[in-house]
Amino acid sequence: MEQTFALGPEEWQAISLSLKVATVATLVSLPFGIFIAHALARWSFPGKSLLNGLVHLPLIMPPVVTGFVLLLLFGKQGPLGQFFAHYFGLVFSFRWTGAALACGIMGFPLLVRAVRLSIESVEPRLEHAAATLGASPILVFATITLPLAIPGIIAGMILAFAKAMGEFGATITFVSNIPGETQTIPSAIYTFTQVPGGDAGALRLTLISVAISIGALLASEALARQVGRRVEAA
Amino acid sequence: MTIEIDVRHRQGGFLLDASFSVDNGTVALFGPSGAGKTTLVNAVAGLVRPDRGRVVVDGTILLDTTRGVDIAPYRRRIGYIFQDGRLFPHLTVRQNLSYGRWFSEVVARAGPMERVVEMLGIGHILARYPQGLSGGEKQRVAIGRALLSGPRLMLMDEPLSSLDEQRKEEILPYIERLRDETGIPIILVSHSVSEVARLATSVVLLAEGRVRAVGAPSQVLQNVEVTKLTGNPLDRSVIEARVTRHDEGADVSTLMSAAGTWIVRRVDAPLDATVRIVVDPTDVILAKEEPRAVSALNCFSGRITGLRDRGTLLDVDVDCGGDLITSRITQFSAQRLGLSKGEGIHILIKAVALDKRAGAAGFGKSAGPGGGVSE
Repeated sequence: MEQTFALGPEEWQAISLSLKVATVATLVSLPFGIFIAHALARWSFPGKSLLNGLVHLPLIMPPVVTGFVLLLLFGKQGPLGQFFAHYFGLVFSFRWTGAALACGIMGFPLLVRAVRLSIESVEPRLEHAAATLGASPILVFATITLPLAIPGIIAGMILAFAKAMGEFGATITFVSNIPGETQTIPSAIYTFTQVPGGDAGALRLTLISVAISIGALLASEALARQVGRRVEAA
Repeated sequence: MTIEIDVRHRQGGFLLDASFSVDNGTVALFGPSGAGKTTLVNAVAGLVRPDRGRVVVDGTILLDTTRGVDIAPYRRRIGYIFQDGRLFPHLTVRQNLSYGRWFSEVVARAGPMERVVEMLGIGHILARYPQGLSGGEKQRVAIGRALLSGPRLMLMDEPLSSLDEQRKEEILPYIERLRDETGIPIILVSHSVSEVARLATSVVLLAEGRVRAVGAPSQVLQNVEVTKLTGNPLDRSVIEARVTRHDEGADVSTLMSAAGTWIVRRVDAPLDATVRIVVDPTDVILAKEEPRAVSALNCFSGRITGLRDRGTLLDVDVDCGGDLITSRITQFSAQRLGLSKGEGIHILIKAVALDKRAGAAGFGKSAGPGGGVSE
């Protein structure tokens, strides 16, 4: 029995890697997500529906297709891959950074949707009031829009994190399934199911996965409650 | 020291084309809903960009489309008090009040926060969040917040319309103090005659996007056009009068207006000061013959200039030597009296209300509502 529930080093690796990948994916995509959500919610500009479609693409396309597009763009020979490697020394292909990129892209539509909805629910009238009190557009955003949109931002982050924890198709297509480098929990579970007698390992990781998801959900609810108490419309 | 506004703006099928220039003080933008009042103040604040326009406050050009000048709203230094308060729900009252100070370079002008807090009587709610406040408290905080940002001009868009009568009475004295103590010019949007009569030093009558009249409240509000335009009963007559005598023993003051001599309860204003008498039309009795030995202290004679049908009631406008006083009587008594236009008539006034300030705003003038008098 003990044998069944004790985690092996590979499993620990998969768990810590998943947490790292999901955290980095969520935090790095957050500022971009907030910026694009704000642009979609408040500005009108040519190509707005195109941008909206582009953001939502990973949600609609098969994950394998997204993974393959990432491979083409961010692979060793891909134009963006070469650009990042040359100027920032940042390599994505077959690295955990690539897994984070794939997870971030897949979670991005969920993040943008949640943040956009909450920014749209912030009264423009409050922003106008702030402007008459001397706050420039950037300060209005920082002191009024952002704090009032916090519940939605938290919700978006949780969705993006959960998506990143569970992402499989795009990740395995883009960065393969290398233990210790790109083997996240879903890839590890998949590997376990492919070998005889791997069911116990798959089950252990499944339980861990469920526990992390529930933990994240509870934490977000507690956080949102605390912030939301004050943000409730007066 | 003037406010110059000239705005032309098309919004759907509605055309706002309003131009006027007034001296500092409290300017009331008065007119029926849909007249374009809010659009006009939004253009002054920079929240609406008019097709063509020019807004100048005290020599500072805030907008001049012919010269390509359009100062951003946050650089205009215009305190805007909205109909709905618009306090920031995620900030405490104290943080709301100091919000404008975070960005203002002219904080000194607004005076210390303590003074504003004291003036508005909101010291006890500083630590609270807006959602727990009453409507009147919210509006007082909104006034303080605008004031503390150091504005060169205050805009008030129907600041009292969301409040019930009791709350209005709670706020009005604070707006009067703001007007009398800070010296900041105010543009007040209102469709209430009594509010305008009480607060304004000049009135701009706006209807269907056009300016119909500009002048002193007593002139503009008596304009018969007002009733037609606003579709609102012109509910009170406003008469400007001068204080001629205080009788300490009897606790009464004597006032002089175009209509004649008024005797009212002692006014807290110096001799020769101008005060505003507000008369409710239901407090005005008509008599065909000169009344003798009646309890009413204020009796005048004049000529009927208009009869306005109000269903079972009739409003009778009487010109008393230049002061227009309206009486509201029943159709039944109108028939018994047999009134006709141009006819001489006597009026008895049962009760008057006074607004002590008018024109000359001196230091330490009244903070409270005008003392109602009932004889």
